[in-house]
Amino acid sequence: MIDALMKIFGKKEQSGKIARDRLKVVLIHDRANISPEVMDNLKNDIIKVISNYMEINQQDMDISLANDDDSVALVANIPVSRMKHDKGSH
Amino acid sequence: MSEIYVITSGKGGVGKTTTTANLGVGLAMRGKKVVLVDTDTGLRNLDLLLGLENRIMYDLIDVTEGRVPYKKALVRHKKYDTLFLLPTSQVKDKMAVNPEQLVALCKELRKEFDYILIDCPAGIEQGFKTAIAAADTALVVTMPEISAVRDADKIIGELGRADKQDIKLIVNRIRPQMVENGDMLDMSDINDILSIDCIGQVPDDIKVVTSTNKGEPCITMDDSQAGTAYRNIVARMCGEDVPFMEFAKEGFWTRLKHVFGK
Repeated sequence: MIDALMKIFGKKEQSGKIARDRLKVVLIHDRANISPEVMDNLKNDIIKVISNYMEINQQDMDISLANDDDSVALVANIPVSRMKHDKGSH
Repeated sequence: MSEIYVITSGKGGVGKTTTTANLGVGLAMRGKKVVLVDTDTGLRNLDLLLGLENRIMYDLIDVTEGRVPYKKALVRHKKYDTLFLLPTSQVKDKMAVNPEQLVALCKELRKEFDYILIDCPAGIEQGFKTAIAAADTALVVTMPEISAVRDADKIIGELGRADKQDIKLIVNRIRPQMVENGDMLDMSDINDILSIDCIGQVPDDIKVVTSTNKGEPCITMDDSQAGTAYRNIVARMCGEDVPFMEFAKEGFWTRLKHVFGK
């Protein structure tokens, strides 16, 4: 009875919104299938930025994309071998 | 200066060929010299949509394999005499033409025509790679449906990898009442997800079916909403700034009729 009333008066969840949310997630996964070449470029850029602040062990560093059910994360494990001196530029 | 467009989508059945036929007729109605190149080899249909299926003597493969000059294979439209079709073969497959051959052909066509529209096959394989090779601009056709939008996203990625920078979106078969009810992806959802320039929003229209039955694209019909949407796309292709149309919503009486199943 309540179900029937809900159908008549209540607002059911709009399927357009469901479609949008599902699409957003699936496209994150689709687009995360990036080529090894792009991954290498990304890795090199990260090394460049981080090297301004610390010395890192490039051999042991690892960068990858981790897929979860509804999200994708960029996971980086970057061993630091030495911190650079703060030149007090701030 | 001529312009080469490829009409592509990834997914089949979203209206690539219908779009190609309508835009071709629309440009010809403005007096432009237009050639439509069907690259959907083995599954040719552009001839049917234009009502030219009985006039084909030679096809794209005859041209690319050097059996006849392209002018011999062109079919002139019955009503719009600046519109030509270069049909493809119904018996060969998509491997029969390679990108270099199409690029060479388009280079020749550029000398004669204002607009070259290439109708691309569905999929992302060889046929797609050939179809996009010569294009200056890609028109990506999609529908407000998750599978069509996902495939459009994939196609946009592939176009980027092929170094095609100029990409425009056409959203086809929009059902305004469903959008109004929240049961269909709306334009802001699709723009938000795909983030490329939109050049056309075409409503679902039964006149597309009836006009296809007759081999006369609906862009010629003044009372067709889809026809109006296609005319607006043609205007935008010609550099005019046309606002997107408001779709006619179902009125109270139409909705009441739906309720009573009539």
